[in-house]
Amino acid sequence: MMGVDRRQFLKIAGVTALAGLGGKAAVDILAPGDVEASMKALPLTEGKRWAMVINMPELNDEIMNKCIAACHEEHNVPEFGDPKVEVKWLWKEDYHHSFPDHHNEYIDEKYEHKFLLLACNHCSNPPCCRVCPTQATWKREDGIVMMDWHRCIGCRFCMAACPYGSRSFNWGDPRKAPKDKNPDFPTNINYPTRSKGVVEKCTFCDERISKGQLPACVEAANKLKKNVLIFGDLADPDSNVRQVLRKNYTIRRKPALGTEPNIFYIV
Amino acid sequence: MYDGGKIIIGLIIGIGFFTSPFFFNAGKAARRPEPELTQKAKDAKECVLETSYMKSSHMKLLDEWRQTFVRDDERYFTAKSGKVYYKSLQSTCLDCHSNKSKFCDQCHDYMGESPYCWECHIEPKESK
Repeated sequence: MMGVDRRQFLKIAGVTALAGLGGKAAVDILAPGDVEASMKALPLTEGKRWAMVINMPELNDEIMNKCIAACHEEHNVPEFGDPKVEVKWLWKEDYHHSFPDHHNEYIDEKYEHKFLLLACNHCSNPPCCRVCPTQATWKREDGIVMMDWHRCIGCRFCMAACPYGSRSFNWGDPRKAPKDKNPDFPTNINYPTRSKGVVEKCTFCDERISKGQLPACVEAANKLKKNVLIFGDLADPDSNVRQVLRKNYTIRRKPALGTEPNIFYIV
Repeated sequence: MYDGGKIIIGLIIGIGFFTSPFFFNAGKAARRPEPELTQKAKDAKECVLETSYMKSSHMKLLDEWRQTFVRDDERYFTAKSGKVYYKSLQSTCLDCHSNKSKFCDQCHDYMGESPYCWECHIEPKESK
């Protein structure tokens, strides 16, 4: 038989094209990070990936409270005294609620009632940024999931999208927070407050990183004990965080969701 | 015209009432306020850009600063003189112009402008 006729050729070409499209779509679904990577915009700080390692066994109430206080003072986060309207950048939660998918019936006593520090995970694949209709929150080139409070319209899609509860909404003007709980508010006159109707969260202390300083929580922890909170660049194979990650077994929150958190917990 | 007198008197009173602000304010044009400079601002002699540009278009510069600072992580501004400034309304502009009420507010009030910068950015405490 001499080759294929026109009709056969068209059939084969059509089927091949369909298979090709399907194949590409399958790759995109399996590796959503790659799709985003191909849409990268202007380089900001040359392909860095900021991350934090939290040494769970070393965490205690004193360190955690100091870290939270340092963070909230640095960023003018007021205390409302009401969990319904609270604003939190860095907070404490117990192991069971932090790692709901790690729940074992007979868990190590050390961890059963262990509290640990939670904050924005600065995910590599952040669902909050996908849903933001105004791009008020976006993924910076250095890995920080940044907020532009000027642009936030307070729709709270990001709060619904975030699987970690890392975002807080300002139900009222933070400057009207109860004075008895916030005698010195605003605590940092070089940092803005937010206004009513804006979502806020941890920004990995972008304002400090740009000056070459460690995030406020890491600095506060270091004053009490070294290597409890470790901050560094995951993209650099020799960085402090990568070295710690090589030597210790770490877990991340809700990894099955595929958000790729950049906060690691040493068990 | 029935009750013509009453209607005309009513009209006069009515028109008089509605135009009273014009009569009340006649000849009392509000003087254009002049922004006052603090000693620190006077000593510095120059702002980040020419005074004429700052007078007419400071809002454009501030908008550009906030855009590049927050979104592009470009946090420093180099003036023509080579001097480098940290792009911050709160920490740089208002450091020199710490007399917000005399430097910012009186002009904004005169122009009927109410910028919402100060809902979030913290204004300096003024010594009065």
